[in-house]
Amino acid sequence: MSAETFLLYFVIPGLGLAALMTFIRIFIGPRVEDRIIALDLLITTGSAIIATYSILNNNSTFLDVAMIFALIAFLGTVAFAYYIRKAKNK
Amino acid sequence: MKELAIIILSGTGTIFIVLAAIGIMRMPDFYLRLSVTVKATTLGVGMMLVSAAIFFGEVSTTSKSVSIIFFLILTAPVAAHMIGRASYFTGVPMWKKSVLDELKHKYDEKTSELRSTNVGTEDVNAPDDTNA
Repeated sequence: MSAETFLLYFVIPGLGLAALMTFIRIFIGPRVEDRIIALDLLITTGSAIIATYSILNNNSTFLDVAMIFALIAFLGTVAFAYYIRKAKNK
Repeated sequence: MKELAIIILSGTGTIFIVLAAIGIMRMPDFYLRLSVTVKATTLGVGMMLVSAAIFFGEVSTTSKSVSIIFFLILTAPVAAHMIGRASYFTGVPMWKKSVLDELKHKYDEKTSELRSTNVGTEDVNAPDDTNA
């Protein structure tokens, strides 16, 4: 089994399944905090998908996008935490 | 050899990410969901990026992957701690079968300062006051 076959038939469907389950949590999540961590997980899964895609296409330029995704996930979570805390104190 | 390393690393990383997604879908409580997702996802994405670095085998791609992994390992616990702390302060409920809340009455509500004794029992007669 070549690595390309494995990536196409195991890794990509597995990551897609993970993204689907995270979407279910974003949809049903009872509070806003659940949705925030689900969004964080979704963005991190997206950067894993980008790494796989760059292997499949033999194009390493996409890894820059993965770096930006990691940055956005961190900044988004921290900003949401800050504003949740601020809304409580008001 | 290179193909085998890529298969093992990306397969294990995928399994970790899928386990984190199952955890975020099935866990009953916000704190359990937070605890189950952050660590597993960081490890899984790190393994996928290592497999990408092995596949390309260039200095530029490897340094890019290593910097992403370093950034993830540095920031994921900080973000998880911040969101967990904010949710504890805003009163996100725990699971009804949880047996222990070790931070109960340990945080000062006004200044959000963590103490080792219960808030309001700082006199010398307090049973667990170590400074007495």
